[in-house]
Amino acid sequence: MTGFAYHAPTSVAETLALLGDHARAGRRAQVLAGGTDVLVQLRGVDRTPRALVDIKGLAEVNRLHVGADHVFIGAAIPSAHLNENAELARLYPGLMEAADLIGSTQIQGRASVGGNLCNASPAGDTIPALIAVGARCVIATASGTRELPVEAFVTGVGRNALVSGELLLGLSLPRPGAATADAYLRFTPRTEMDIAVAGCGVSVTLDAGGVCTAARVGIGAVAPTALLVEAAAAALVGTRLDEAALNAAGAACSSAASPITDKRGTADYRRKVVGVLCRRAVGIARDRVLAHRA
Amino acid sequence: MDKIQIGTSINGEAVEFLCEPQQSLLEVLRDTLGRTGTKEGCSTGDCGACSVLMDGRLVCACLVLAAEAGGHEITTIEGLATDAGLHPIQQKFLEHAALQCGICTPGLIVATKALLDRHPDPDETTIRYWLAGNLCRCTGYDKIIRAVQDAARSLAHPA
Repeated sequence: MTGFAYHAPTSVAETLALLGDHARAGRRAQVLAGGTDVLVQLRGVDRTPRALVDIKGLAEVNRLHVGADHVFIGAAIPSAHLNENAELARLYPGLMEAADLIGSTQIQGRASVGGNLCNASPAGDTIPALIAVGARCVIATASGTRELPVEAFVTGVGRNALVSGELLLGLSLPRPGAATADAYLRFTPRTEMDIAVAGCGVSVTLDAGGVCTAARVGIGAVAPTALLVEAAAAALVGTRLDEAALNAAGAACSSAASPITDKRGTADYRRKVVGVLCRRAVGIARDRVLAHRA
Repeated sequence: MDKIQIGTSINGEAVEFLCEPQQSLLEVLRDTLGRTGTKEGCSTGDCGACSVLMDGRLVCACLVLAAEAGGHEITTIEGLATDAGLHPIQQKFLEHAALQCGICTPGLIVATKALLDRHPDPDETTIRYWLAGNLCRCTGYDKIIRAVQDAARSLAHPA
């Protein structure tokens, strides 16, 4: 008798019923997608017995749909599958860069963007990139579905806004037009297999004259949760994304940051680096829009 | 909790086993099924020693529950050689002495197979990034890269 159980439901309704049953019985249940965080936690910091609810048999969380206005990315799709999709790489190069930075080839074969979000690590690479593209979480509830912007989904270190009995089905992303592009940069001491010291995702929209008409900036690893930095976006909108605008956006990111000092970097260092990443990421996103026009 | 009965395919052979809900595929491969070619290193997905293919996709067996393997095709290091001899990747690892203590070797060979199945002619940067999740504690990386390059040539132009 280990107290562990494994369930592999095949529908959203069955999953919610399972989660609800466990909650009412006072038993712990944990949703399992790729398992690259859950299994590590299970072997280390958190060995408490629980029911593991494997959602990979659900059609909805494996659904990838590129629509005219929105793109839906099912919560359990492994990042390797997303990165092999040429259309996603074209529409969201920044988000795909972020997904491609997580772990090794082995990890990417299992790890999902939905899991990265639910795990709610301050350094999760896809979270600032999702914030930048304006992604919304589509959540199955007992009474239907609800949506939350990504920046409101993560509520603290390792905590998210799901309440007992809810399930993240996937992410709904506005489909960018040709005048919009995103980019994601993170800083790590190594180029692979490392965790962000700081990260920054941006999305910019330029009019025909090269003036920025809309922007979103998300920063990661410099606060308990990834943050939407509206002041950075405000510094970009209405400009031609010249050096002064980039510097102002970078400064806004540095002041929005409230980093910790740990083995990966001091708080001062992270505050400085996140500003640099913002400036560079905006430059990359701008160049991507211009390249569409070339 | 009763054990769970799982039916899977390992190296092309139908295999049934019983497992605990929280047991990893790595534990079952080694301890239940006696297939010890797949090595245990960190058990936290960092070192790649337990690399296996699941439906052709490279994964760490330590980060897959045994129960998750139900209905999937698993390929381990034991599935590479045939009666005719070693797999060309294994042969090239030998020829280039791309192993020292050997613990990382099965994982590296399986990871190399996944690489060459997808990218038959990878450049050195692609090889190094693809294999970044396979740690060699003896730090014999350079010979490993040479063996992978030679294996790619050998697979493209069989003797």
